[in-house]
Amino acid sequence: MAEVTVRTEKLTKRFPCSTAGPERGCIPLDAEKGGGQAVAWFTAVDRVSLGVRAGEILALLGPNGAGKTTTVRMLASILKPSAGRAWVAGFDTVQEARQVRHSVGLLTEFPGLYLRMRAEDYLTFFGQLQGLSEAEIQRRSNALLERFGLLQARHQRLAEYSKGMRQKLALIRAMLHDPPVLLLDEPTSALDPHSAKQVRDAILDLRRGRRTVLICTHNLSEAELLADRIAIIRRGRIVALDTPANMKARLLGPPLLEVRLARTIDGRFQPSDLEDLVEIESAGDSWFRYHTTSPETINPALLARLTGMGIQVLTLSQVPQSLEAVYLRTVGGEDGE
Amino acid sequence: MTADTARRRDASGERSTWRIIWIIARREVRDTIRDWRIVMPIVILTLIFPWLMTWTANLALDFVQKRNATLIGERMIPFLLLIVGFFPISFSLVIALETFVGEKERRSIEPLLSMPITDLELYLGKMLSATAPPLLGSLLGITVYLIGLHRSVGYLPSAELLAQILVLTIVEALVMVSGAVVVSSQTTSVRAANLLASFIIVPMALLIQAESVVMFWGNIAGLWLIALGLLVVMVILIRMGVRTFNREEILGREIDELNLRRTGQLLVYFFTHPPASGLQRPALGRRTWDPRRLLAWLGRVYRFDLPYLLRHNGLALGAVALTIGAAFVLGWLMVPRFPLPADAFKLQDLTREDFQALGEITFLPSLTTGGIFVHNVRTLLLAGLSSIVSLGVLPVLMLMAAITLVGFFSGQVALLGYSPLLFLSAFVLPHGLFEIPAALIATAFALRLGASLTAPREGLTVGESVLSATADFAKIFVFLVAPLLLVAAFVEATITPQIVVRAFGG
Repeated sequence: MAEVTVRTEKLTKRFPCSTAGPERGCIPLDAEKGGGQAVAWFTAVDRVSLGVRAGEILALLGPNGAGKTTTVRMLASILKPSAGRAWVAGFDTVQEARQVRHSVGLLTEFPGLYLRMRAEDYLTFFGQLQGLSEAEIQRRSNALLERFGLLQARHQRLAEYSKGMRQKLALIRAMLHDPPVLLLDEPTSALDPHSAKQVRDAILDLRRGRRTVLICTHNLSEAELLADRIAIIRRGRIVALDTPANMKARLLGPPLLEVRLARTIDGRFQPSDLEDLVEIESAGDSWFRYHTTSPETINPALLARLTGMGIQVLTLSQVPQSLEAVYLRTVGGEDGE
Repeated sequence: MTADTARRRDASGERSTWRIIWIIARREVRDTIRDWRIVMPIVILTLIFPWLMTWTANLALDFVQKRNATLIGERMIPFLLLIVGFFPISFSLVIALETFVGEKERRSIEPLLSMPITDLELYLGKMLSATAPPLLGSLLGITVYLIGLHRSVGYLPSAELLAQILVLTIVEALVMVSGAVVVSSQTTSVRAANLLASFIIVPMALLIQAESVVMFWGNIAGLWLIALGLLVVMVILIRMGVRTFNREEILGREIDELNLRRTGQLLVYFFTHPPASGLQRPALGRRTWDPRRLLAWLGRVYRFDLPYLLRHNGLALGAVALTIGAAFVLGWLMVPRFPLPADAFKLQDLTREDFQALGEITFLPSLTTGGIFVHNVRTLLLAGLSSIVSLGVLPVLMLMAAITLVGFFSGQVALLGYSPLLFLSAFVLPHGLFEIPAALIATAFALRLGASLTAPREGLTVGESVLSATADFAKIFVFLVAPLLLVAAFVEATITPQIVVRAFGG
C-alpha cells in the first residue's frame, strides 16, 4: 500500500462575513427578521476528510465558490484551518508550515507572474526562496523550460509572454523544486490543445515519478483522463469521492448497453418482448438500450433470443456515460456564483 | 521525495532570515527601478531639486541680508534641507502601496505566500524594498544640496542638525511605509489604498509644517521630541503592520468597499447585544418597541453588560487610574517652577456671587447643572472620537491635563498656607466623587477604542473590532458615564459652591 502523502481530517475553514459578500452564504444582519441567527461566518470548507497516496492523481471538482481553492490553500499552508487538521508529506500544515511549503508545488488559479522580470530571473527568484543552489536552479529550470517549449523565450520579459506561456511558466515555478506534492489549480486553463497536452503529459509523468497530484478543474474530460480518483465538492463538503468508474456506476446505475439492429423494428419484434431478460431504458427505430448488472450472462442470452427470433444484430456495445452526467447529478446543476 | 528528504533539505538548505529578506527586497527593488514612473521623479528630486533649492537658498540669503534679516536666512537653510530630504522619501508611500496592495491586486502574491518564508520575512523584505530606494535618493539629495550650499556660501550644518535631519528623514520614511502596510491590509486594490493613503499624507504634511515652525522658532531640541514622537508612532504602526500583514488577512479579504448600512447594522448589533457575544450569539430578533422588552434589555445592560465590561477592562481602567495619579503628582511638582503670586488666591474672600460670575468667562461653562453636564459630556465624547485617530493617546493626555491642573492648584494653595486636603475636599471631592470615576471610565474605554485598531479582538476584523469597541464605549457612556456626569454636574452647580464658601469663605 502506497504511503498517504496528503491527508485531511475534518478540515474546515470559516471566514468572517465582513471579508466576503452575501453571495458567500453570509446572511446580512437585516435579513434576520423573526429571531433568526446572526450568521457572521461563512464556511468555505466544511469537515473535509480525504487521503491521497504517493503516485496518485486526485481531481477536485465543484462549482465556483465550492471551496476547492480554499482547500488547496490550506494544504499549501497558506491559510490556517478553522478546525480539523491536514498533513502534507508527513508534515502538519499548521505546526510545520515551512516544511509543508518546501514539499508543495502550488499552481495558483491565476499565474500571478512579475511581468517586468525575465523568465530565468523569475525562476531564480523562486528557486532561491525554496533554498535551491544556483546550479540546481539552472539545471532544473533549463530542463523544465525545454520540456514546455519555453527555453528560447527564457530571456524575454514576462509581459511579452502569451497567456498560455505564462500558465506554463507558472507550472514550471510549481515544479522547480521537485516537490513530492503538487497542488494544481486549473492547470490547463488558457492553454491551446498542444500546450494542454504537454501539461497533461507532464502531470502523468509526475504520477509515474510517484508524485502526489491534486488538481482543481472544471474540465471534466481532463479530470476523467488524468485522475485516479475524483472528489466532488459542493458548498465546502465532499459529496462524492471515488474512481471515475465507480462513481459512474454508483450514480448513473449499472452499465448501459445499446443494441443496433440490421433493420427497422417491425411487428415481428418489440423491445418489450425482452423485458423478462432486461429492463429497456430507451428504444428507437433500429436500436434499443438497456441496463444490466451482469452483462456476462445477460448479453449472450439476449443475443441468442434475438437470433432465435430471426433478428440480425449489427452491434452490441456499452454506451459511454460521461463524468459530466455524474457531476451534474451530484451538484444538482448548481454552478457559478 | 519523502518527508525525510524534505526535512533534510530544509535543514541543509537552511537560509538565514536576513538572506530571505534580502532575496525578497532585491527583487522588489529591481522591479521598482524598472518602473520609470517611479524612477524619474526620484531622480529629478534627488539631482535637480537640490540644485534648485541651493539656488533658492542663495537668492533668499542675498535678499534677507540686504535687509539685515540674516536670522531668517539662517533658519531657512536647515528647513530647505528638511524639504530636500522629505520630497524623495514621499515616494516610499507610493512604492509601499504598489508593493503591498499592487501585488495583491495583480494576484502575484499567492505564489509568494506559498514559499517557505514567514510572514515577518516577507513583511520586512517588502518594507526594506519600499524604504531603501527613496531613502537613498533622499540622502543623495541632501548631499547634493549641502555640497551646493558649501560651494556657494560656505554653509556647513552642525553635526546635531545633520543628525536630526537624517533621523527625521529615516523615521518619516518608515512611518509612511508602515502606515501604508496598515492601509494596504484594509484594501484589495491600489485605487482604494491611494484613497485611504490620505490618512498618512495629511498628517505627514501637517508634521512638516510643524517641523518648519519649530525650525524657524530655532527650537532645535524640539526636533528631537518630534523624532521621538515619530519613533513611537512608527513602532505602533509596525506592530499593527506585522499583525495585519499575514497570509490569512491577505487572502481572506475579498471585498473592501465601505458599506455604511452594514457598518450601522453592526454597530447597532454590538450595542444591543451582550459584550461577550461576538458575532455568533443569537440575533436581535423582532425589532419592536415593546416597553417590557426594552425594560428587560435595560435590566440586562445594568445586571450583565456594564459589570462585564468593567470587569474585563481592568487593565485600561488601572492604566488610566495610574496616569491620573501621575498627572496629579506632576501638577504638584510644577508648583515651585511656576509659583502664583501670593494674592492670586484669597479663598477666605470667596462668595456665592464669585461662583456665579465664573459663567461670564467665555471659555468656561455656565455654572449650572445643564452647562456643566453638556461641557463634560462634550469633552469626554471628543476624547472618544480623538482616540480613533490618536490610537488612544489623546484622551489620556486630555484627562492628564485636567488632573495636572488639579494637582497644580492643590500645590499652589498648600504653598499659600491653606490645607490642600481641605481644598480638595471642598473644591473637588463633592462632585469629583462622581465626575472623576466617570472621566476615568470614559477615558479607559476611549483608550480601548484606540487600542482596538492596533490589537483587534480575537475573531474580529479590524473594522469589526473598532465597531465593537465603539459600541462598548457608547454603552458605558450612555448608561454609566452620562448619569454619573449628570449627578456630578448637579452637585458641582449647587452643592460644591456652598461647601467651598462654608469651608473657606467669609
